[in-house]
Amino acid sequence: MTVPISYYVVLSGLIFLIGLVGVLTRRNIIIILLSIELMLNATNINFVAFSAYLGNLSGQVFVFFALTVAAAEVAVGLAIIIALYRHTPSINVDDFRLLKW
Amino acid sequence: MDSLIFFYFAGIILVTATLVVALRNPIYSALSLLVMFFHVAGLYVTLHAEFLAAIQIIVYAGAILVLYLFVVMLLNVKREERIHRQSLVAVLLGATLLTEAALLVFQSKGPVFPDATSSGSAGEVTGNTESIGQVLYSTYLFPFEVASLILLVAMVGAVILSKKGLLDQKS
Repeated sequence: MTVPISYYVVLSGLIFLIGLVGVLTRRNIIIILLSIELMLNATNINFVAFSAYLGNLSGQVFVFFALTVAAAEVAVGLAIIIALYRHTPSINVDDFRLLKW
Repeated sequence: MDSLIFFYFAGIILVTATLVVALRNPIYSALSLLVMFFHVAGLYVTLHAEFLAAIQIIVYAGAILVLYLFVVMLLNVKREERIHRQSLVAVLLGATLLTEAALLVFQSKGPVFPDATSSGSAGEVTGNTESIGQVLYSTYLFPFEVASLILLVAMVGAVILSKKGLLDQKS
């Protein structure tokens, strides 16, 4: 492996930042969930890179668990979006202020 | 050659990740996320994690993204406002944090972790499906069972949440 691990760390940091910007700036609730997927993928890349460089398989097992949690999160999140859309026909997060004081 | 492949995958991943956030139409965002998932899987292959690459394509591209596209096409909402009120504060805070992060990155010393050459014989079997299975079903057996419980809870939650009349009876 000629690629140093710092490249992978920088790559996953950049992807995480892009996902964070998406969560903070976009108002479309589906795009916000997609940005969360971006952040999960950034951590997965980090896990796999460190797992390969340290010769330890635990990192890949943790990616497996992160994938499970991502699948559960998507199922519940999209169900919440559909339930919200039935209540208020919008997917703009600014329209949902039921829990604001 | 290795670094060339890495830079190809990293470049495509960064471009498509930016497109996910930048594009207005949610369908295009989901499709560029699909391209990104495939290239992340390619990155896993270069890191000798072939099992995870297959899982990445099957679960992420095959299941999760199809669910996203299904919901996007079900809701079919086009109208969206991009910029909102706190954008000035956001730009200021973001610039501060970016400067801080850049300082932290560029002031750090060399690699803290050992190189790939110094890792022991365990590195040879990395990515093998059999060895992942052995680790998963011995060391991480309990988290594995908890993960199945999480999936069960998510399934029940999704069914209950998408039932008709959940929010109507309160309002």
